[in-house]
Amino acid sequence: MTTKLFGEKVKRVEDDRLLRGQGQYVDDLMPGALHAAVLRSPHAHARIRDIDVEAVLDLEGVAAVYTYDDLEGPMAEPLPLLIPHPDLTHGRTQYALARDEVNYVGEAIAMVVATDRYIAEDAVDRIRVDYEFLEPVVGLGAARKADRLVHEDVPGNVAARMEQSVGDAEKAIAEAPHRLTLDLHIERSASMPMEGRGTVARWDSDSHRLQVWTSTQTSTGVRAAVAAKLGLDLVQVEVITPDVGGGFGVKIVHPWPEELLVPMAARALGRPVKFTEDRREHFISSAHERGQDQHIEVGFDDEGRLLGLSVKFWHDNGAYTPYGLIVPIITSTQLLGPYKPRNYKVVFESLYTNTVIVTPYRGAGRPQGVYAMERTMDAIAKYLGRDRAEVRAANFIQPDEFPYDQGLLFQDGRPLIYDSGDYPASLDKLRKLVGWDEFEAYRDSARAEGRQVGIGMACYVEGTGVGPYEGGHVHIETSGRVKVSTGLTTQGQGHQTAFAQIVADELGVPFEDVEVVTGDTRRSPYSVGTFASRAAVISGSAVALAARRAREKALRIAADALEASPEDLEIVEGTVRVKGAPSSQISLGTIAVLSNPLRYAFDEASKAATQFVVGDQEKPPVADDDEPGLEGKDFYSPLRSTFASGMHAVIVETDPDTAEIKVLKYAVVHDCGNLINPMIVEGQIHGGVAQGVGGALYERMAYDESGQLQNASFMDFLMPYVTEVPKTIDIDHLETPSPLNPLGLKGAGEAGVIPSAAVFAAAIEDAEGFPITSMPISPSELFELRRSHPKEGPTA
Amino acid sequence: MTAETTTEQLHDVRLTVNGVVHDLRLPARRLLSDALRHDLRLTGTHVGCEHGVCGACTVLLDGEPVRACLMFAVSAQDHEITTVEGLSRPDGRLSPVQQAFRDCHGLQCGFCTPGFLTTITAGLRENPTPSEDEARDMIAGNLCRCTGYQNIVAAVCRAAEITREDEEASS
Repeated sequence: MTTKLFGEKVKRVEDDRLLRGQGQYVDDLMPGALHAAVLRSPHAHARIRDIDVEAVLDLEGVAAVYTYDDLEGPMAEPLPLLIPHPDLTHGRTQYALARDEVNYVGEAIAMVVATDRYIAEDAVDRIRVDYEFLEPVVGLGAARKADRLVHEDVPGNVAARMEQSVGDAEKAIAEAPHRLTLDLHIERSASMPMEGRGTVARWDSDSHRLQVWTSTQTSTGVRAAVAAKLGLDLVQVEVITPDVGGGFGVKIVHPWPEELLVPMAARALGRPVKFTEDRREHFISSAHERGQDQHIEVGFDDEGRLLGLSVKFWHDNGAYTPYGLIVPIITSTQLLGPYKPRNYKVVFESLYTNTVIVTPYRGAGRPQGVYAMERTMDAIAKYLGRDRAEVRAANFIQPDEFPYDQGLLFQDGRPLIYDSGDYPASLDKLRKLVGWDEFEAYRDSARAEGRQVGIGMACYVEGTGVGPYEGGHVHIETSGRVKVSTGLTTQGQGHQTAFAQIVADELGVPFEDVEVVTGDTRRSPYSVGTFASRAAVISGSAVALAARRAREKALRIAADALEASPEDLEIVEGTVRVKGAPSSQISLGTIAVLSNPLRYAFDEASKAATQFVVGDQEKPPVADDDEPGLEGKDFYSPLRSTFASGMHAVIVETDPDTAEIKVLKYAVVHDCGNLINPMIVEGQIHGGVAQGVGGALYERMAYDESGQLQNASFMDFLMPYVTEVPKTIDIDHLETPSPLNPLGLKGAGEAGVIPSAAVFAAAIEDAEGFPITSMPISPSELFELRRSHPKEGPTA
Repeated sequence: MTAETTTEQLHDVRLTVNGVVHDLRLPARRLLSDALRHDLRLTGTHVGCEHGVCGACTVLLDGEPVRACLMFAVSAQDHEITTVEGLSRPDGRLSPVQQAFRDCHGLQCGFCTPGFLTTITAGLRENPTPSEDEARDMIAGNLCRCTGYQNIVAAVCRAAEITREDEEASS
């Protein structure tokens, strides 16, 4: 047998070219293309009275300038609201170029196309816009107060109000022996991939086709949007996702204005056009996430068991709602984590502000939900004087209770039913990994040295592998090499490696012979995209199913050629042979020749095939139920999401003088079902934890009251360097397979970041002895909190 | 409408990149990063922030790491520039630093990677046997959003090890 690759730390096939500087990111493509630069609103809220582009046209090197008045047909309509929802009663989206109003600093107003970016930017500086200023709405406080409106026709700034409940939470809380109320806040952060957005497009006037390369998390989505907006047939548009320098959610939003304007300009000008977002643009014109105010009421018994939980939260969705209610819906449902709340009610309002739009960033609403629930668990434990781990354990769904129906509807509109998990086992692992039970002794010894330390834990459940579907296409060429395509895109997760592992195992071919392509609509026109930790689950399953179909066909033809029964055949290293009689064999390449009854022979495989006779002389060369070629195609569409889970713990030390927060130990127990490639999974966890540290201790979007983002650069927005992340991240895996898909997979991409705000708040609170209710927290904020809690020292 | 004549004066610039001499005519404001990427089509040098903070565009100037986005191409005349494309061994194999990144899973999306590779290449010349803390210091000026740096630190140590193994093998 060929060695099984599933579960092995296989080194990545992507790396060699990336390490040689031969990656192909959008800005590396199409040398000689014209460059676009965008005029963006410098004001958070204003009416546009007039735009004067006269001075631009005098500039040598400028090819075109576009404003709203140049947009025609569907391009002149608002951008699509991608995910409508009945409760999104006041959804609003922007125009590709602002029509008569701007609603955030950074909103696109005009685009210049010129011979290079320098001249395009010179030209943008020459555009004169006459604005009528309007009062901006900045922050959740102003949005809720609603004495000013973002959109005139949206009362109260409320885009949506949504409510879900199970049981009677209010009654249960009223009747509970103990009750607590918490008010929490969490700030904005952003995906902030190292490569910003970018698009390059070429119109082929000979074939009347548009080719678009874009740094996206959905090639098929962009394709459909471009075709619809530019009035092209779908077959006229090809979207290819090249190497993408990180996504983390922001690139699932589509179409960005530039993803439409660049193809529009390329067609109009008959020349390739490129847009490469710069860092400031990424801060002010791409998406943010996280900002919420939360009010929690909880009733519980003496053991800390939840009897009733009522949550109300206010979600800042920024100026528009192109991505619907996905983020707050996820917060409201995934808040429940591994627990059984018994009676639960959640109400949220999604509110407009004059700031950058809010759409999913890794974790996608879950970090906020976990923060709400885990802060509540800690508060219950403190109130009862019980161990925080014990209170959590008392509320866990037990292993024999799966599938467990939480009684709510999830983000995909399907019931929130957990498929599998073992939360008590995870907790046991975490306690050991972090040294939970030995911590009090450690705290004492630290205190004796004048040091102040604290420990926290946080648990999460993550709905991953959300539908509707992905496809896999496996083509075995006559060379024996295997070409695989799946339509979702990749931005660093090593899909080409992981999917090749799966296909090599399923087919019985050498790993090196498998080549995987992602995110190319020419190869995979039906696909959804990369989000919700779904790629490994959905595309991994799809390529496995496709490979099984190719294998089945290969064995059928081989059985015919070798005059054997398919059950007696095996595939070893790309050759089909009769079990126990290995001399009777035929290579997959030869089978590929036989699968395609051509008149012509081209290669060695064709010559080798001449010794075999296949097919039934009584049937046509391609039978009614067959097709030429050695291919397998299939789609995987899950019934529901599959639920990964995990728990993090952190030990921090807070400096008694400077309030500096130092991470002493970070432990992760992670259950994403069966691991395809543990090396890649651990890499995902590392990256998630680092982003979590950023979100908990450093990153925030510093808007001033006029809606200017004051820290729109890497100098001022503090993304962790190596010096800010834990020196080691201790990881333990639990593998509870999902019963929902053929490989038992659950998603792993987002988990690392989900519990961070909660776990750091818990540990800092434990070190300091006063409640931490607002995250992220900086040393200066902690210092101020100490001044407002002078009497409470470190916890006893 | 008549176009304005360009006020941009072009300058003769001789850039020596990875041992190859290129003669260019460039405006004074052309950044070295843009000249490398768009004029010489050495697109391995990436631009992540254009204000010198992220380090993705780091190249070696006479062996020293510099931010190509903070330097004009005209200022790079008379210097030897090494980009990520010039790091592999003469026989085409990956350099010890490149190999170590592959061995340790030190990259995910790969966008920041060229800046790390150049930085570490120079760092290991200065300190061929870094401790783990010294490895961290070596990369403390480069941003990565994917890896959480854990495996990059491991790659620095592994690269030092590969270099030592190579030296022992050739001595």
